[in-house]
Order: sequence, then C-alpha cells, then structure tokens
Amino acid sequence: MSQAKVPAWVSVGLIPLLNILLAFFVSGLVFLAIGEDPIEAAGYLIYGAFGYDEGIGYTLYYATNLIFTGLAVSIAFKAGLFNIGGEGQAYIGGLGVGLLCLWFDSSLPLIVIAPLAIIGGALFGAAWAYIPAYLQARRGSHIVITTIMFNFIASSLMVYLMVNWLKAEGVMSPISRTFEESAWLPYMHDLFSPFGLDIGGSPLNMAFILALLCCVLYWGLVWHTRWGYQLRTVGTNPTAAQYAGIDNAKVTIWVMLISGGFAGLVGVNEIMGVNHNLLLNFTAGYGFAGIAVALMGRNHPVGIILAAMLFGALYQGGAELAFEIPTITPEIVVVIQGLVILFSGALENMFKGRIEGFFLRRAAA
Amino acid sequence: MSDQTHPYAIELEGISKRFGAVQANKDIGLQVPAGTIHGIIGENGAGKSTLMSIIYGFYEADSGTISIDGQQVDIRNSQDAIKVGIGMVHQHFMLVENFTVLENVILGAEGGAVLNQGISAARKELKRLEQEYSLDIDVDAVVENLPVGLQQRVEILKALYRGAKILILDEPTGVLTPQEADHLFRILKSLTEQGVTVLLITHKLREILASTDNVSVMRQGEMVAHRETATTDKEELAELMVGKKVRLKVNKDEAQPQQAVLTAKELSFFDGQGVERLKKVSLELKAGEILGIAGVSGNGQSELLNVLSGITPMASGEIQFAGQTITANAAKTAAQMRDLKMAHVPEDRHKMGLVTGFEAYEAAVLGYHDSSDYNGAILMDRKAMLDECNERMAAWDVRPPNPHLKTANFSGGNQQKIVIAREVEQNPEVLLIGQPTRGVDIGAIENIHEQIVKLRDAGKAILLVSVELDEIMALSDRIIVMFDGAIVGQVDASEADERTLGLMMANAWNEEQGAPE
Amino acid sequence: MFETLILILDATLRVSTPLILAALAGLFSERSGIVDIGLEGKMLGGAFAAAAAAAVFGSAWIGLLFAIGASVCLALIHGFACITHRGDHIVSGVAINTIVAGLTVTLGLDWFSQGGQTPALTGDARFTPITLPFAEQVADVPVIGLIYSELLSGHNILVYLAFAFVPATYWVVFKTRFGLRLRAVGENPHAVDTAGISVALVRYRAVIICGVLCGIAGAYLSTAHNAGFLKDMSAGKGYMALAALIFGKWRPVPVLCACLLFGFLDAVAVRLQGVSLPGIGEVPVQAIEVLPYVLTVLLLAGFIGKAVGPKAIGKPYVKERA
Repeated sequence: MSQAKVPAWVSVGLIPLLNILLAFFVSGLVFLAIGEDPIEAAGYLIYGAFGYDEGIGYTLYYATNLIFTGLAVSIAFKAGLFNIGGEGQAYIGGLGVGLLCLWFDSSLPLIVIAPLAIIGGALFGAAWAYIPAYLQARRGSHIVITTIMFNFIASSLMVYLMVNWLKAEGVMSPISRTFEESAWLPYMHDLFSPFGLDIGGSPLNMAFILALLCCVLYWGLVWHTRWGYQLRTVGTNPTAAQYAGIDNAKVTIWVMLISGGFAGLVGVNEIMGVNHNLLLNFTAGYGFAGIAVALMGRNHPVGIILAAMLFGALYQGGAELAFEIPTITPEIVVVIQGLVILFSGALENMFKGRIEGFFLRRAAA
Repeated sequence: MSDQTHPYAIELEGISKRFGAVQANKDIGLQVPAGTIHGIIGENGAGKSTLMSIIYGFYEADSGTISIDGQQVDIRNSQDAIKVGIGMVHQHFMLVENFTVLENVILGAEGGAVLNQGISAARKELKRLEQEYSLDIDVDAVVENLPVGLQQRVEILKALYRGAKILILDEPTGVLTPQEADHLFRILKSLTEQGVTVLLITHKLREILASTDNVSVMRQGEMVAHRETATTDKEELAELMVGKKVRLKVNKDEAQPQQAVLTAKELSFFDGQGVERLKKVSLELKAGEILGIAGVSGNGQSELLNVLSGITPMASGEIQFAGQTITANAAKTAAQMRDLKMAHVPEDRHKMGLVTGFEAYEAAVLGYHDSSDYNGAILMDRKAMLDECNERMAAWDVRPPNPHLKTANFSGGNQQKIVIAREVEQNPEVLLIGQPTRGVDIGAIENIHEQIVKLRDAGKAILLVSVELDEIMALSDRIIVMFDGAIVGQVDASEADERTLGLMMANAWNEEQGAPE
Repeated sequence: MFETLILILDATLRVSTPLILAALAGLFSERSGIVDIGLEGKMLGGAFAAAAAAAVFGSAWIGLLFAIGASVCLALIHGFACITHRGDHIVSGVAINTIVAGLTVTLGLDWFSQGGQTPALTGDARFTPITLPFAEQVADVPVIGLIYSELLSGHNILVYLAFAFVPATYWVVFKTRFGLRLRAVGENPHAVDTAGISVALVRYRAVIICGVLCGIAGAYLSTAHNAGFLKDMSAGKGYMALAALIFGKWRPVPVLCACLLFGFLDAVAVRLQGVSLPGIGEVPVQAIEVLPYVLTVLLLAGFIGKAVGPKAIGKPYVKERA
C-alpha cells in the first residue's frame, strides 16, 4: 500500500473550491451570452442580498428553507441514500403545519401552537418519507424513483385537499382562510424592534432560529450519538456495518424519517412564518435546491449554513437583479444552482484525479 | 521436449509488472510448445493471475516481450489479444446472464450490423465446434438457466468461435463438481489434439499432474521452476510452490488446552449464486489453544469466519457457544455474538474491519459502539473513547499515536494493530482472527504474534485463518486444512510439516501412502 | 358514448406521444446502464430550442433540428459526467433538469422579451395535422369511419413518428449488433470489455440516441402540441416517461402500453373533471392523475409483478479484474 497521501487542504479545500469557481465561471459565461456584464450583475446581486437591512432579511428567509432541505438531503447522503423527495416532504410537512394552525389557532396560544406545529410539520414530512424508506429497506425498490413519484403524489394530494376541503369560503383561488394571529410565528423585525434594532420589514421569522437549531441537532446526531455512528458506518462502508452488527434496514428507515422531518419544517417557515394560510406550491423548488446546498456544503452543517446563505443571497439578489436589469429573470439563479450541482456534484471527479496525482507525485519526489 | 525448429505457441521474456510498491511479476519467462496443456501453479498472490491478465491485454507489462508463434506481438487490450488468437476463460465468467448462449458467443464478433446473417452463420459454426469438441450445449438456452459447468463451456465456445489458438483458463475448476472437472479436462485434451494450446492456472496439484504436459511454478511474483509433468511429482511441486521460507520464530510454551468453548457441527453455506461454499464443516475449539486453518484462499475460510461470527446466516448446521445453540432457525446477529464474547478480526481490514474514513478513536470502537463504556445517556462519550484509544495506542505501539488521525492514513501494520487491539482488549472468550499479518511490516508481525499467544495463555480460544503457511505453523497448536469448502485434513502442529500441509492444501494428500492417523 | 370514447382515445394518442418518445429515449440510455432522470430537462431544452428556432426561421423542421441539437448537447454533458468522469447519474440528471429549467426562461426573456415565452407560432413554424388519405370519404362509415377519420387521421407527423419509433426501437435493440452490445453493456460491462468492445463508446452512442429522441419529444411539445414555448412546459412528463419506462420493464412494446395507459388516464382525467359518474359520484381528477405514479411505486415494491432493470444500471464502469 502506498503511504503517500494527498494533503487534506487539497481534498477538502482546493478541489471543492475549484469546482465551485468553475460553476460560477460558467454562470458568468451565461451572463455574457445574454449580453450582460457578469461583474455588474454580481454587484447588483451582492447589493440586493446584503446591501440593505431588508435585503439581508430576505436572504436569511430564503436561507431558512434551504437549510432545512439541505439538511434533509445531506443526512440521507450520510447513509448513502439519495432523497430526491424533499420537495414532496416539504409540501406535506407544510400541510401538517397548516392543519394544526387551522385547528388550534383560535383555541390555543402561540406558545403551545408553535411547538405543536413544528412537531406536526416534522412528523408529516417524516411520514411522507417513510413509505419510500420502507420500500427501499424491506422490498428493495429504488428510493430515488419512489421519492420522485412521491413528489408528484404529494402535489396531486395537496391540490385535491386544497380544492375540495381546505379552500376558504368565498374565494376563488385554492387557499385556506388566514390563521388567527396566535398561529403566526413572530417576525424577526418584531422581535428586535423593542431593543431598538431595525432590520427592515422582511419575511424573516423565528423559523430561522429553528433552522439553526436543526443544524446543531444534525451535528449532534451525526457525530455525537451512537445512532449517528451507525449512520456514518452504513454510509461509508456497508460491509463494515454488517461486520459491526448494524441493522442496515433500520438505519435506512430512521435516517429517511429524519430527512423527511427536516424537509417538513420548510412548512413552518412558509406557512406559519410568512403566508399564514395554506396554499399551493409554496415549496417552490426548495426541495431540489437542497441538493445543491448539501453538495456545496459538503454535508456538514456549517457548510450547509454557508451554502444556504449563498443560495439565499442568490435568490434575493436575483430578484434585485431582475428589478435593476429587466432583461434578466430571477430564474438565472436556478441556472447557477444547476451549475453548482453539475460541477460540485456530478463532475466532482473531473479535477480530482489530476490534482491528486500532481500532489502524489510531488509527495513522492 | 519440443522440436526446436518449431517456434513456441507462446513465449514470454522478461515480463515485469509493478503495482505501486508491490512487484507482482518479476522478470517472467515462459515457453509453451503448440498443442500442449501447460500448467501454471502457485500460491495465492504468486502473480499467476497478473501474468495472465498481461497476456490477455488487461494490464500492460512494465517491461518484457510476448511472442506468438515466434512473432513478437504488442498486446494493449483484449481486442489485440483476441486478434492474435488468445482466448481467456476467466475465473468469474464474463457472460451476460440474460442472453442466450448464441448471443453471448457472438458478442463482439457479430458479423455485420444486423444480427440476422451473423446469427445463422454463427449457429452453423457453433454446431460444428460444439460437436467437434462434444461440448453438449444448447445454443439457444439462456445462460442464467445453465449450471456452472455449462456456463464455463460457453466461455470456451466463445474463445473458440473467435478463433483462439491459445486458451487460458484461470482456476477453471474452482466452481465445478469433480465430474464436471473431469469433463472439462477431456474437452481440453481434445482441443490440444486440434492444435489448440492450453494454459491452465490452478493451485490444485492433482489437476496439474492429471492433465498437463508441462508445468511452471510461480512464487512471490517469480517463475521459480519449469518441469515436464511426467518427470515431477506432488512432493516436488508442493515444495517448489511453498518454498523454503524463513521460519517464523514465535516464543511460546506448550499449549494447555482445556474444555471446548465452541463447537461447530456440519455448517453449510451457499453463496448468492447457489454455490456451496461451506460443506458440512465441523470443528471444536478449546480454551487455551490456537486452532489454525490452513488453505489456499477462496476455499471456504472467509465464509467460515463470517458464519461463525454471525455476519452471514448459515444454511444448515449448528454452533454451540456460550451455552447457546445457534442454528439456521435460531440465528444470532454479529452484535449478539459479540455480546456473547466472541471477537473477530476480519481478514480484510479495509473492507470490513475498519471504516477508513473514520478517525482512529472512532474506528477503535466499531462493533462495540453501543457499549455503555462509550456512551452517556444520549451522546457518545468522546472523552472515554479518546482516553481509551490513547491508552491502547501506547500499549500496542500504534504509530503515530494520534487518535484523531483518519484510519486510512495509518500504515497497514498500524491499522491492523488498531483492529486487533479493539478485539483483544474486549477480553473475549473466543477470538476469530483472519490473516492477522497481511500487509503488515516485519516488526509489527512479531508484536501481533506475541499478543495472540498471550491471549491463548490467558486461557482463551483462538481460531486463526491464514494463507501464510509459515504463520499457521508458527502459531497454531492444532491445524485444520480446508479445501473447496470442506475440511480435508487435521494435524497436530508438532507433527506438521510444509510438505504434508502443502499436499493437503492442494487436496493431494488422501492418495498418499502412510498418512499419519 | 362511442364518440366520447373515440375522442378520449384521440386525446390519449396526443398526450402519449411525448411520453413515448421520452420513454424510448430513456430505454436506450438505461439499457446501456446510464440512469437518466434528465429526460425532463432534455425534453424541456428541446421544446425551447424548437420553439425559438421555429420562431426565428419560420420552419418547424428547422425547429426540430435545433431541438435535437440542444437535447443531444445535454445528453453529452450527462455522458461526460457519468461515463467519462464516473459521476453520480442521479446528481447529473438533477443538474441538467435544474440548469435547463432556469436557462430556457433566461434565454427566452433575453431573446424574445416575452416573459420567458417564445412568440406564438403559426403556419409552417408548427407541425400541423395530417389528414390521411380518404379520411373524409370514409368518415360516415359506421364505427370504422369514425375510428379512421377521427382517431387515426388528423395528427401531426411527430405523432406518427413516435409510434413508428416503437417497432424501430424494438428492431434496433433486439435485432442489430448495436442493440446486442447495448443490452450487454447494461447487464455486464466486463463481458463487453473482455470481448474487445469499448464500454464507453457504446454508452456514449446510447445517450446520444436518447438525446435525439428527447429532442423530438421537446419539439412536439412546443411546435406541435402547443404553439410556442411556455415556462416549465414539460411539467413532469419526463418523470412520467421514466415511470412508464420502469412500468414497461425496459421493453419497447410494454413501454408503449404503459405510455398509452398513462396518456389515457390523463385524457380521462380531463374528461371527468366535474362529471358525476352514476353510482360512484364525482371522481376527483387528482386521484386519476396520480395513478401512474402510484402504480409505478406498487410495481417497484413488487406488489404487482416485478420490475428488474438492467443489472449494471447506475454503476460506473471501472476497468478492473472482476
């Protein structure tokens, strides 16, 4: 066995960085292709995301959703599973949150509803992930395909429920009645204003704190519990897991429950924090964006927070950009997101061989 | 011998191949006269398979030349090999299982963009080949429905169809019943009568003696001898194969075996393909002894370890251990076996014994991660794990003694120490230990051997599996030899010698006269 | 009643067409061992390219060429990631879907300034219905007349093309040298390699064919079924095609049947909207819409038959001795 090794900063620093830079470089080419100056555009993006109080608030609000879905995708990755169903799990999680708010908003105070809704959202999301997980663990059906199918099933289910059961009286569009204020998560600007802090009127709410707590939970679970130990063993060396007497199927099911739970919390931010009613399509692709966040965040909560902030900034900055330059749509952010998935995910090995080879040769010399 | 005016069917000169630090083939020379069966024999890791892969274009040699019929050829890939008339029957068949025999045979030699014409031509040609060599194959049968022996003939048919004049067979009888093997050798014989040259790679002496014209012996990457089969015998070949190794010295006293702590009765196990890998294996393991299991690898030792340790369920049989009766219906998991104080150092530390992405202190609790020693109420007790890891690293002289270093970054010997320390320090009643010193440097070997003996002297039972014969002989108090999934011999260590064991490992002992006991 | 049935079947053919094309595309890719959840993206990219080119050049055929070109480029990116760099097939597919979803709208706005749509296509910029010979003459013949003139006649060329591709695919996959190697490489690439055939080359050919078919499917969406490109107009059809591919167990004719079944369910769902059936009451549209996905999940779980894909699917081929 060769003892030469690639320095850690190369494999966890240089190579991922190169991949991200390449993604941004190609994004720059897209800007050039539509006749815009990428530097100028980046300026607008950064100003829109961080240049003023409200912009920061929006950035963090978007980041909240992305942290939830990023954690969801990431923890499944840890067990070697690809949960592509974050979208559906977030959707159903939001349903859980909405139902609890609709049931209890006039009878219970926020201090009771909030934890109830959080648990409800996580449970609904987890339940939606349970079936694909069970089918993977016990019947061998491919989790990628089943979670994709469950995204569509979730979507149809929500339309059915909204149109037939949950639609508010007297409105045409399929939205529920607005919750009583006792079921509204406090906005951050309301929390801070008593202390004289003004952070603008953004939709940023308490769910952001919840997202950060989830990162801590993730960190603790994955690296500091025996369950996390089992999870990482199954994900990195299934044969060693078998040797260690770890029940692979059980780990699969549990990690998907947690993954679905994280995704379900998107509903807390969107339904309880911002919209204050149940509606359609509030997940808006966050489930898929979570894949980019997890890949870019290297499956570590700190990385995920940073990646979520970056994408949150792109979402918010993209809106600013589209406002400043009318020939650009906010969808350009989706392109960047896709390029990040391509270069730091699918093409992660592109430079790896060559760069590692370079360092190995240097180490050998 | 061969007529000097005729060039050799295949001639190798100075073939060398290195993988990283391992010299797999070193200056190999080989001359095979046309129309003969030439055996190549050697222990595992002797470099036989690498050599054949070079001939078939899977690897390129670092240096050396290959000549076919006196013409030097350049073989860079399988296609080149096929072009110069080389066909190979791999140990693991290269067949598309849901294809028919016919489809498999014509793959890569379809004879046109549309299959129709090619197929009818191929059908005729196959009929001819199949009858000429009495292969007995239905060309329209789907391969996955055929027994293993017939699948192998499909591979032979494939090579012949491509016009192979040189046929290489890599351990062809490993998956065959004796009857099937006999049939195979009849086929090979008739091939040589038609001018085909056969290279037969095997570790089974009996087959070499029964079927080949000439034999070459490989050891540690080198070609150590060439013999005409008629002029040699088992004893000589076994000795050449095993070699006169530097005797390992292990300081140990006479064993004091006590009561049996583990009894296995007629254990059977079938792999995913339905091949019987363990054939009614029975053994008894006593406290205070080291029972060595010798054998060429792939003869059921790994499966035995996995079944005993609860990693894979047995098909039938019974294990008595720690007051429990374990059967196929009353199985125990690996975790439960551990709880009963059975420790297991697996043969392959990278695939099984370690998670190489983990830091050392984490890998040092694999399998025991649920133990209360390492866990608080909710969180794992990292401090306890680190403290213990530090202690053990000092006691076992693991270098560097850094519990936070990724396991992958330790040398092989130090990785092995981490695994052995983990298992031994649990103070088990039974230790299963596979290839304890594979890829371990000399200094560490001694240390590891000492620890194993120490555990024995503490009255524990040890089952040692190793393909290193000298290791088995140096450590064991009793030796069992496995061949083809069954136990073929048992000797007391004091009476064991390399010749006997070598013959047993090649399943050639039984015919010997005057076998002890 | 009979007329209604004919109309539903007629709609079925139209809705099934992109599914058939995309599912056959997936068949080529997955038979070679390359998982393709990027059917959706390739179709959407093709739809945009077709509509954009048709709008500029005024020709649906030129649009079709551009659609194929764009889709093949995407397929090659997928191939580059999965075959050359042994990347994760699923991640690569997600990347392609995401990039295309954003890029079509971005480019559309820049080029046409219509909020990401392409201009409405008219005349030669669209594939128009073809009336089969004698369709009008036989229209009045009972039963057969209606079937011929309404159901079979009056579709655009791409519909007929899609159906023609089914036997063509069958022939290519099961009766040609390429098909033999394609199937072999998806089952046991080592066998193909030892037979002296390049695994990568076979797989690249497969993904290119996949790109061509997805491109046609995309062109159908924007220049035949609709008159222009709309944001996200593939609307999950790529995923449904993937479901049909699994449901049809990776075989052309069963895949066709699955596509027709899924298309039929779609047509029925539209038809049944707000209709109260005697004895059952109103069937929620969503319940019918969701059936293709539910059926696929049940199939994958082995509750209704068993879907066993190509054995080497999704695994990068690493050349080593097995």
